[in-house]
Amino acid sequence: MTAETTGAPAAFNPQDVLRAQVRWHPLEILFWLATLLPFVLTPTYLVLCSQVAFAALFALSLDLLVGYSGLVSLGHAVFFGFGAYAAGLVAKAGWGEPISGLFISMVVAGFVGYLVSFIMVRISHFALIMVSLGLCLLAFELANQLHWLTGGDDGLQGIEMWPILGTFKFDLYGKVAYSYTLIVLFLSFLVLRRIVNSPFGLSLRGLRENQRRMPAIGAPMRKRLQVVYMISGAFAGLAGALSAQTTQFVALDALSFQRSAEVLVMLVLGGAGRLYGGLIGSIIFIVARDQLAGMNPQYWYFWLGLLLVFVIIFLPNGILGGLAQLVAHLRNRRS
Amino acid sequence: MIARFVSLLFDGFAYGMLLFVLSVGLSVTLGMMNFVNLAHGTFAMIGGYVTVTLMRQAGWPFFATLPVAFIAAAAASVVLERVLYRRLYRATDLDQSLLTIGIVFMSIAIAAYLFGTNQQPVQLPSYLTGRIAYGDFNFGVYRLFLVAAALAITAILVLGLEYTRFGARVRACVDNQRMARGLGLNVDGVFMATFALGSGLAGLGGALAIEPMGLDPNFAFKYLVYMLIVVAVGGLASIRGAFVTAALLGVIDIFSKYYVPEVGAFVLYLVMVGLLIWRPAGLFARR
Repeated sequence: MTAETTGAPAAFNPQDVLRAQVRWHPLEILFWLATLLPFVLTPTYLVLCSQVAFAALFALSLDLLVGYSGLVSLGHAVFFGFGAYAAGLVAKAGWGEPISGLFISMVVAGFVGYLVSFIMVRISHFALIMVSLGLCLLAFELANQLHWLTGGDDGLQGIEMWPILGTFKFDLYGKVAYSYTLIVLFLSFLVLRRIVNSPFGLSLRGLRENQRRMPAIGAPMRKRLQVVYMISGAFAGLAGALSAQTTQFVALDALSFQRSAEVLVMLVLGGAGRLYGGLIGSIIFIVARDQLAGMNPQYWYFWLGLLLVFVIIFLPNGILGGLAQLVAHLRNRRS
Repeated sequence: MIARFVSLLFDGFAYGMLLFVLSVGLSVTLGMMNFVNLAHGTFAMIGGYVTVTLMRQAGWPFFATLPVAFIAAAAASVVLERVLYRRLYRATDLDQSLLTIGIVFMSIAIAAYLFGTNQQPVQLPSYLTGRIAYGDFNFGVYRLFLVAAALAITAILVLGLEYTRFGARVRACVDNQRMARGLGLNVDGVFMATFALGSGLAGLGGALAIEPMGLDPNFAFKYLVYMLIVVAVGGLASIRGAFVTAALLGVIDIFSKYYVPEVGAFVLYLVMVGLLIWRPAGLFARR
């Protein structure tokens, strides 16, 4: 971005810069077309693909907080878990209609996000890390204790989903599940893309860069952060709901710290603050986990840790950040 | 009734003292360098495994293994500091947390690979087991030993910080790192020494913790939460804060497990979140 704008300072027009960000790049269209490939190339892996899709949505929702607003969260699984349990419980209570289930989960998780935001906007730095972690542990303990409601350690079983729109029944091979999660992911992506490029999204980026200056030029910091917690929570809840509906099961680990850490890894691996980072990161993460944990499940955490250390030390802006740097470098050399 | 209450209080205090030894190093290093080191539990775990291995494989007596546990954890921390942490002092909280979480994950897998996932038993010397009865009250000998050891360590730390040259340097670096650097102090060197000392104490704590807390590969993560609570609630770089918080935490934890076991760790997390909302910088914040 900077390489492009510094080239011609005389004709600098902020509206052009913003428009360039909103415009669809050919690579983006290619990426979304490529998400259809699994139907043809790897039809036996569609279940895994739907896992990638809801993990990607989860990572996108976290990107709003971490990448765009510069907040830290070690407890994002709270929203995912609330969404998953909401969707699961609604279906178990006898309303197995998937799409309205998604909306219910979004509202529940968004509301949780709004409540949490009252706490989060008051604190920063180490206390923020600790409180987000603490809330995640609290939610986990709560779900563990409410055995009659959540099934506790055994997970929420006996979820029965009705066919989507009354016609498409969830099948064993994940064909419907992947189509369903992919469509929801794409629609959510459109909404999130619109949000981050809106004036609201720009003010979030402003807060990320300088938390003191934004209020000084008239952006109400707390209100903005509360709204972003709500949106982020809602989309994380949507991801949780997708996981509950497609697997027809909610494990207690939907609320665990490990889940919060994993989604951070996906985001940081791909590159935070650029939407596609979460998508790429979740693809690599889930596929790697499937392969490595398939070999030796016990030592998966070793590879996960190694990956984290490697990315943080050598690719501080993630894979996409590294690529962008490379492209900018090559372009500079040419000109 | 009263006797039960007193002995629970004592057990809680002993447990808290152990938590203090485990977390005091984290408190000081976090306060000095602002480095979010979530891998502190890993150093404690190293100490625990060193003690277990030396006692079982080499037949060393329990007390002889303690200094080795200290040195092993300190040495490991220096290596990590040199190779990895050093690069991230100026990075964001997020990057620091993620790097150190990565180290925790790796250490859990390595411990599982080397020692298996079972609890590691430890055979304490006979004079440390058993209980001392005094009228209605009775106290575990090992608990008494823990309290005595922790109090001794606290005294050494407080006196060392107050009255030695090194202690003065550490205080200067915590209070105002830039100023200390400007006056010609070797801040990085002081930090490395403090870091090694703190991690060594964690290793010692890990060795002492085998009997009361158990030792398995998840130790690095399971007790990390407790250490972080001590640091966050006590306030960064405050030995007094860490001491009081650790004692309270131990007592609350033992009491809630005894009287309301069905609530589990819930109370603890609730207290922590509540305290942090009330005073984000900790109860005994210096700044």
